[in-house]
Amino acid sequence: MTILFGVPLSVLLGQLLLGLINGAFYALLSLGLAIIFGLLRIINFAHGALYMLGAFVTLLSLQYLGVNYWFALFLAPLTVGLIGMLIEKYLLRRITGEDHLYGLLLTFGLALIIEGLFVKLFGVSGSSYPMPDALKGGFNLGFMFLPKYRAWVIVAALIVCFVTWYMIERTRLGSYLRAGTENPKLMQAFGINVPLLITLTYGYGAALAAFAGVLAAPIYPVSPGMGANLLIVVFAVVVIGGMGSIMGAIVTGLLMGLIEGLTKVFYPEAANTVVFLVMVLVLLVRPAGLFGKET
Amino acid sequence: MSDTIKNPEQQQRVRVERERRIAASRRNKIFFAVFIVIALVAPFGIYPVFLMKLLCFALFACAFNLLLGYAGLLSFGHAAFLATGGYITGFVLTEYSGLGTELGILAGTAASAALGLGFGLLAIRRQGIYFAMITLALAQLVFFMFMQSSFTGGENGLQGVPRGQLFGFIDLQDNLNMYYFVLAIFLFGFLLIQRTIHSPYGQVLKAIRENEPRAISLGYNVDAHKLLAFVLSAALTGLAGATKTVVFQLASLTDAHWHMSGEVILMTLLGGVGTVLGPFVGASIVVTLQTYLSNSPLGEWVHVILGVIFVLCVLMFRAGIVGWFSKLIQRNFK
Repeated sequence: MTILFGVPLSVLLGQLLLGLINGAFYALLSLGLAIIFGLLRIINFAHGALYMLGAFVTLLSLQYLGVNYWFALFLAPLTVGLIGMLIEKYLLRRITGEDHLYGLLLTFGLALIIEGLFVKLFGVSGSSYPMPDALKGGFNLGFMFLPKYRAWVIVAALIVCFVTWYMIERTRLGSYLRAGTENPKLMQAFGINVPLLITLTYGYGAALAAFAGVLAAPIYPVSPGMGANLLIVVFAVVVIGGMGSIMGAIVTGLLMGLIEGLTKVFYPEAANTVVFLVMVLVLLVRPAGLFGKET
Repeated sequence: MSDTIKNPEQQQRVRVERERRIAASRRNKIFFAVFIVIALVAPFGIYPVFLMKLLCFALFACAFNLLLGYAGLLSFGHAAFLATGGYITGFVLTEYSGLGTELGILAGTAASAALGLGFGLLAIRRQGIYFAMITLALAQLVFFMFMQSSFTGGENGLQGVPRGQLFGFIDLQDNLNMYYFVLAIFLFGFLLIQRTIHSPYGQVLKAIRENEPRAISLGYNVDAHKLLAFVLSAALTGLAGATKTVVFQLASLTDAHWHMSGEVILMTLLGGVGTVLGPFVGASIVVTLQTYLSNSPLGEWVHVILGVIFVLCVLMFRAGIVGWFSKLIQRNFK
């Protein structure tokens, strides 16, 4: 067995893989946060709750409707995206023009309500979602064992991230979105329906969170609190990356996942704090974040 | 300045404004006197431990309001200071039982102030929403540290912290003694905040809140002003946490959890951001609500109810109870 830095290679690669998976979740969630922030100038504190909703839609639709995993991959983002659009249209819209901090507080209140309701209905402890048959087992790569599902999570998250990136940077709709980020008033003057664009954007961000929730359902316990703690790490990721660029959010997310994985191998005590420590370091060296613009 | 005002209409306006301010200050003094009297007799009618809890959270909210209401900085990490004050005081009082309680509380407050200096130095490098996210992330870092280190007792917390004796001769085991001590601490913190707000320093803080570039162009060292406000707020939060630990003889991870940071925001928002009495009113309502809800069948709904209050406050009650009330008074009793 190959030994690297005093650690068996297979252990190292295994942890790196786990880190990459966490990184994929960070990337999906921070991407959604960045898109929403770009247009609405709101930090969506309900993002963790929406991620949790995605996982629960997956679980409950299987239990009560017999909807399988592959169908849930579309159903959950669609449902949560619609919920997101309703939240934007009927709640967030009312505070446009107010201090942006109110957006943070409003979504924080929403997160408390959603998570509180689910704790009441389903209890604190999680339930597990069965692994879809097609993704059971794994590949033996010779130097390590690669579970099929974990490979799928990384591939699926990367595809969704890059499709999102392509849509924003290379399509007409994306150009509207970018223009709206720069100057919404001018956009409106050109005859583009900015309020609709804002609703769709929030809905899309919510759908991304729900997609991450579906991916998480078979590997993490589906519980009401699953989103809240993850979200705080994602906030740190957002501070590290800066919310200036879409690609920046994706890259920083994956990078932080890898760093977390490495820390688990070499200094496990710091595994759940390392991202925050990196944030401190980045704030000291480059306060605007790795990909952010100085303001 | 007054020489330059020639216009009689303007003079009239200045006079009205001055009279209004004098009336407001007289009203505040009356409120304060009534409050003191009620606070002195309250423990004979209401369970003192509940009152002490209320005062601790009121001080917590007042300290938070100093930062949000007067410096315009939304910290989402104040739980870290509350918990640090609590843990350090609990640790000192448990380990060195001969020490007076006041020294233990002082140690907790100092530790929170030091932590506040660290947080502040990092967080004021960014503004607005980033400031909130950074403080939240730093507080989560502190939460994990408390969870993993040995002196905090992990998930169980520090239990059985001795209340000890104040100045070596006042027995704090007695709830009534303890209550008056907590009341004194609250009044100290409250008056210190009042003094700060109305000092020239406080005026500069407000100027920074209203228009930061202008304050910079006037030559004020904005970062130093913000940092001092942050440290002061952290120290007073630590004082609240330290006192709470002595009252309940317990320091636990609940205090460090981000829910606590959210709760103090809710208290301040509900009472009225940037008002003198708002945080006290907000804290009273939230603490009372929590205490009564947790003993009722609605206990499991606490978070949902708090969330609903949060959403309603942000959507249609941004001035808070005290803000709304003072608007009402201004409109009807000019």
